[in-house]
Amino acid sequence: MAYSEKVVEHYENPRNVGTLDKNDPNVGTGLVGAPACGDVMRLQLKINDSGVIEDAKFKTFGCGSAIASSSLVTEWVKGKTVDEAGTITNQQVAKELALPPVKIHCSVLAEDAIKAAIADFKAKRAARTGQAAAPSAPSPQLHK
Amino acid sequence: MVKLPIYFDNHATTPLDPRVLDAMLPYLKDDFGNAASRNHVFGWKAEAAVELARKQVAALIGGSDKEIVFTSGATESNNLAIKGALEFYREKGDHIITLKTEHKAVLDTCKRLERQRQERIDELKLMRLGDLAGRTVSADELATLEIKHDLEHDATLARWVSQVKTGARVTYLEPKKDGLVDLEQLRAAITDHTVLVSIMLANNEIGVVQPVEAIGALCREKGVLFHTDAVQGAGKIPFDVEKSKCDLVSLSAHKMYGPKGVGALWVRRKPRVRIAPLIDGGGHERGMRSGTLNVSGIVGFGKACELAKAELAPEAARLLGLRQRLHDGLKAKLDMLVVNGSLEHRLPGNLNISFAYVEGEALMMAIKDVAVSSGSACTSASLEPSYVLRALGVDEDMAHSSIRFGLGRFNTVEEVDYVIDLMVRAVSKLREMSPLYEMAKEGIDLKSVQWTAH
Repeated sequence: MAYSEKVVEHYENPRNVGTLDKNDPNVGTGLVGAPACGDVMRLQLKINDSGVIEDAKFKTFGCGSAIASSSLVTEWVKGKTVDEAGTITNQQVAKELALPPVKIHCSVLAEDAIKAAIADFKAKRAARTGQAAAPSAPSPQLHK
Repeated sequence: MVKLPIYFDNHATTPLDPRVLDAMLPYLKDDFGNAASRNHVFGWKAEAAVELARKQVAALIGGSDKEIVFTSGATESNNLAIKGALEFYREKGDHIITLKTEHKAVLDTCKRLERQRQERIDELKLMRLGDLAGRTVSADELATLEIKHDLEHDATLARWVSQVKTGARVTYLEPKKDGLVDLEQLRAAITDHTVLVSIMLANNEIGVVQPVEAIGALCREKGVLFHTDAVQGAGKIPFDVEKSKCDLVSLSAHKMYGPKGVGALWVRRKPRVRIAPLIDGGGHERGMRSGTLNVSGIVGFGKACELAKAELAPEAARLLGLRQRLHDGLKAKLDMLVVNGSLEHRLPGNLNISFAYVEGEALMMAIKDVAVSSGSACTSASLEPSYVLRALGVDEDMAHSSIRFGLGRFNTVEEVDYVIDLMVRAVSKLREMSPLYEMAKEGIDLKSVQWTAH
């Protein structure tokens, strides 16, 4: 299967690979996918007090299209407000990267990762301000 | 400096040896005759060339030229062996035993036979239900009426089913963790109805070599036929039809530096093994496979067998050296590598490794100048990771992380060193990018994480 130029470009020069402090109250972490399915995406967003995404980092276990999808969304969300970032859809990602039908699930994962990271951030903030935590999106919990 | 791209996918196919091409060329040009033309020199030349090739192919596996049936390739040979033997020996029984890690040409043939038998049984059930209900019963009603009339305990139906002569019953044996067949399980699976055991010589994904001599001895003792798909092993490791006591052997030219589109089925003559043909026509190949012979292809196949036999021992030793160099080089610089399948009982040119926490397709993309294969779902149309690795009990995530290196005749030490260096850099880069690697390094048990399956 041939990859689109954009997938190859992101794959070879991934943007914003890395880790933010998950215990930072301003950082929301979304971990989606499953190793058994062959892709796991972790997206972290650093969100300031006015609700603007200042920084975004990702790490992805998955194929080239999954890595490119995560790299692309880290670029897209930076500078956006949480509400704006929450409107990014998988179709936009799939279209931008010209993903073939068998790779659409990679873009779905990217959308899920944004939503999970935002949900994690909102849950943290709710807990911090002493409000009852809003029901959070399904973000994987670690059982230590 | 090595020449790119590098070909390390010799289980998929092998390049044509120039010596094979030279042998073939006359039969693609001036000597174009039909080997079945009995009355002129063009036919005689073609026939003589085919008969020489028949001897060369038979000699590679210690058989006789009279036992070779040329086919279009090993997929056809496997189909012919299984369907042909089953049809011919139907009076004896209808049970086949095979292994879950066999090639799809064997497994899907078995599945079709199972389905044919089931379809016949379903027809009989409808007939029986029609009798019991006193009216015509449609297929949609089968599930409900079957229970209502308690067909499970119906003596008449049981008698009819015992007479079914369509399709087959199949046992798919689970391999051991190292990929080898469990001989005790095989012994226990053989029944009075068993016609055929089909177990490959060497696996195409993990290169694991089966104990064919022990399997052959067991089959001979039990009086059942033994078919082996020897495509990956023949010409690579010592293999002899007498020592392994097999009855049917599938071979392919393009896995041993010959041309694509030609293969053979070896069919034992003493004691005589019979098969029904799949293809009817001019009665070529002693009636077992009609169709004008692919003369140039067969000539190339013969030459490829001759070369493989002459060079087998030194070439096997050389490939084993390259494989060990590759494995040692990777192990020296990368942690968390797992070899899939027995390292001891393995083709010299095969190395199948899971690079934990890195996905196989991404890895192949990172080494795009090197041709390898992966057991990752992403490289297949089915979105399922390798069924061979799954049958060994390899976890799905590790199956997704597997790479198959297939070394062959034209690979060099320089290429191996280049690939080690490239792999180390690619795996390290992708692990830096992998959340799983980071979590594993932090000591988190990934199995305890609740993942969101999708």
